[in-house]
Amino acid sequence: MDYTYTAIFYLFAAITLVSGFFVVTNRNIIYSAFFLLFTFFGVAGIYVLLGADFVAIVQLIVYVGGILILLLFGVMLTNKITNVEIKTGTINVIPAILGVGFLSGTLIAALVVSDWKKNPVGAPQATTAMLGRLLIEEYVLIFELLGIILLIALIGAASIARRQKA
Amino acid sequence: MIEVGLNHFLVVSSLLFSMGIYAIVTRKNAILVLMGVELILNAANINFIAFSRFGNFGLQGHLMALFVIVLAAAEAAIALAIVLNIYKTLSTVNIDEVDNLRD
Repeated sequence: MDYTYTAIFYLFAAITLVSGFFVVTNRNIIYSAFFLLFTFFGVAGIYVLLGADFVAIVQLIVYVGGILILLLFGVMLTNKITNVEIKTGTINVIPAILGVGFLSGTLIAALVVSDWKKNPVGAPQATTAMLGRLLIEEYVLIFELLGIILLIALIGAASIARRQKA
Repeated sequence: MIEVGLNHFLVVSSLLFSMGIYAIVTRKNAILVLMGVELILNAANINFIAFSRFGNFGLQGHLMALFVIVLAAAEAAIALAIVLNIYKTLSTVNIDEVDNLRD
C-alpha cells in the first residue's frame, strides 16, 4: 500500500520534472508546448496524491483544455505556418544556469531544513462539497471578484487583440 | 524506502519553479516566457496544496490554488492578446528585439 503510493509519487514527479526540463530546453516551440501538456498532467497527478481531487480536475480542464490550447494558438498565429521548423533562440544561458542552480539549491535547502509543524495526515476525503460551501459562504467576496476579473480580462483581451482600424 | 512526506513535494515544486525561472530568463520567444510563468504558477500551487494537506489549514490551500488557476487563465488570455499585437506591429515575438522604447 505504502509502496504503491511512493512509486506513484515518484512516477508523477518524474513525469513532471522530465517534461518540464524538455519544456525549458527544447528548441522547437511546438514540442515545448506538447511537453507542457505532460507537465500539467504530472502536476494534476501530484494534486491527486495530495488529496486534492477537485483541484486536479480543474487543473486538467483549465490548464490542459484551456491555457495550453491558447498557447498553441499563440504559437501558430505568431509564426509563419509555412515554416516547418519553428525554432527559438536562447540568451544568457550560462549565467541563467548558474543563477537557477544557486536559486534551486537555496530553495531546496531552505525548505528541507526548515522544521515545519506537521500534523498527522488522515486518509484524503472528497473535497468538492466542502470547497463549494467555502466558496459560497466564507470566500464569496473573492469568488465574485474573480468572476469580475475574468469578465474584464475577456473583454480586455478581445479588445486588445482585435485589429484596429487605423 | 522513505515515506513520501511534505519535503518530497516541496523539492518537486522548487525544481519546477527553478525551471520556470530558467525559461523566463533564457527564452527569446515571448510565448515560451509565458510557459515559464505557467510552470512557476504550478509550482506555487503544489506548495499551497502540500501545505494544505500536511499543515492544519483545512481546505484554504485548495481555494488559493483555485484562485491562482483562475488568475492564470486571465493572465494567459491578456498576455497572448498583447503578444499577438506585438507580432502584428513588429512582425516578431522575440522579446530581445522588441526594444523600441529604448531609443
